[in-house]
Amino acid sequence: MLRVESLSKTFGKGSTNEKLALNEINLSLQEGEFVTIIGGNGAGKSTLLNCISGVYEIDEGRIILDSKDVTSDPEYKRSRHIGRVFQDPLKGTAHDMTIEENLAIAFAKGKPVGLQSGVTKKDTTLFKERLELLDLGLENRIRQKVGLLSGGQRQALTLLMATIIKPRLLLLDEHTAALDPTIARKVLSLTRKLVSEEKLCTLMITHNMKASLEYGTRTIMMHGGKIMMDLQGEEREDMTVDRLIEQFEKRSGAELDNDRMLLS
Amino acid sequence: MSVLVLLGSIELGIIYAIMALGVFVSFRTLNMPDLSVDGSFVLGAAVSAVMSLNGHPFLGLGIAFIAGCGAGSITALLHTKLKIQPLLAGILTMLALYSLNLKVMSGRANIPLINKATVFKPFEGIILGGYDYSKLLFSLAVLTLLLLLLLLFLKTRLGFVLRATGDNDQMVRALGVNTDLVILVGLALSNGLVAVAGALIAQSQSFVDVGMGIGMVVIGLASVIIGEVVFGVSSLLRRLIAVILGSILYRLIIAFALDIGMPPTDLKLVSAVIVALAMSMPILKKRFL
Ligand SMILES: Nc1ncnc2c1ncn2[C@@H]1O[C@H](COP(=O)(O)OP(=O)(O)OP(=O)(O)O)[C@@H](O)[C@H]1O
Ligand SMILES: [Mg+2]
Repeated sequence: MLRVESLSKTFGKGSTNEKLALNEINLSLQEGEFVTIIGGNGAGKSTLLNCISGVYEIDEGRIILDSKDVTSDPEYKRSRHIGRVFQDPLKGTAHDMTIEENLAIAFAKGKPVGLQSGVTKKDTTLFKERLELLDLGLENRIRQKVGLLSGGQRQALTLLMATIIKPRLLLLDEHTAALDPTIARKVLSLTRKLVSEEKLCTLMITHNMKASLEYGTRTIMMHGGKIMMDLQGEEREDMTVDRLIEQFEKRSGAELDNDRMLLS
Repeated sequence: MSVLVLLGSIELGIIYAIMALGVFVSFRTLNMPDLSVDGSFVLGAAVSAVMSLNGHPFLGLGIAFIAGCGAGSITALLHTKLKIQPLLAGILTMLALYSLNLKVMSGRANIPLINKATVFKPFEGIILGGYDYSKLLFSLAVLTLLLLLLLLFLKTRLGFVLRATGDNDQMVRALGVNTDLVILVGLALSNGLVAVAGALIAQSQSFVDVGMGIGMVVIGLASVIIGEVVFGVSSLLRRLIAVILGSILYRLIIAFALDIGMPPTDLKLVSAVIVALAMSMPILKKRFL
């Protein structure tokens, strides 16, 4: 489904702040796998997702999506098969446009963009149905500007936009980190619901150790631009947060930055 | 202020409103400060003058639009393909257009169109109270048509994507659309409208001067901002109409300033002050109200 082959990425090559962010990463995802990614600050988690989605050009390696080499495809082309939700709730929506208009753009993914009507009656009906799933009452506010929504509402909407045309791959970069805990939980369970209903192949970065084991089918731990640990199956089922931290410190030889990692 | 001066200002306001709509597309919709406007305005005027000299004033409006689109595309390509900042890309196009406009005008710094075919000629003679309404009415018809087309366009899928690109280009790319292409379409459309305004001004004044575009961007921006402040931004249609009313209001302010004895050479200074005031409105409000 997704194959990342010896992917390396260095920022600021040749400058004094040269930084090796990804060091020969290899990763292979099966159909329908839901992978959670954890790791300390600067581990390279976001960089990995940004390289997969084409935000950054990579230095070495290959990215293969559905047995097609997309390494040299620009971001917008890859996006037709990839859904994304960012950490910053402002990044996923156009705040000066209505909920309906935002969804219409998402719904046009992969379709020709020309002088056809931006949103039809049929679209609106479908959007309302989908918005009802969020259980946030947004279906009654479809003509309101997204700028009026709270961060949590926006993330839920962005999640809907990222999946309204079923993507081959869903990338979530700490998409609940900016939300308060109650809303964060709601968006997370919504994520689980959408992912399992549509059997979406998903990569989700989280700084919540507990959530990393609770959600998904596989957990990856990153450190210093490398994958330190790849948990799946029974090994993962038997894993606890405490043992996960212990393992991390043993393998990386570093202390986990507890201030940012949510341990429970 | 006499009624004739008043009507004259409204007439000018209507023609310049077409330019202001163009400026609205780049500054507000795409959120890109595009300074090529000063050049594409003259380009439209020059193209239209040459077409008039050859007896095709109406065709000239269409060709002016296309020429403007071309100018906007250059700015877009400088920015998207060569990664030049939007401001600088616009300045480069503007500068290049100065030479190009002179070429269009066969090296002359100005072209008079007295007694030549213009788009207004066929309608001349709609006189009431000593004022010939032909220019005002024909310009209003063109403006209304362009307003409707622009409104319809902004409600198409491409229009949605255009607005979203100005709002959040990262989101648009994440949704699979090539934002470089969207910027190209937006700047082409913007400068196309500006060029049509230039063409109509040339036809209306029966005169083109290579320097007539200086400060156009500022005037366009002034119209957009005055419109927003005075007439509101609640819906898309309202925003577009606000731009038009802003342009007319701007002309009335200028006419008033001239009326109370300001020398015409101070006009650009006044324009700059109006824009500076209007743009700092939010801060001024906070400070002093
Ligand atoms: N655009 C950039 N330019 C330069 N350096 C960068 C850039 N993006 C990331 N880096 C560097 O690359 C390294 C990996 O960063 P990355 O954002 O991938 O970490 P992360 O695992 O997502 O961390 P966090 O948990 O803080 O989000 C860091 O050292 C960071 O400073
Ligand atoms: Mg990160």
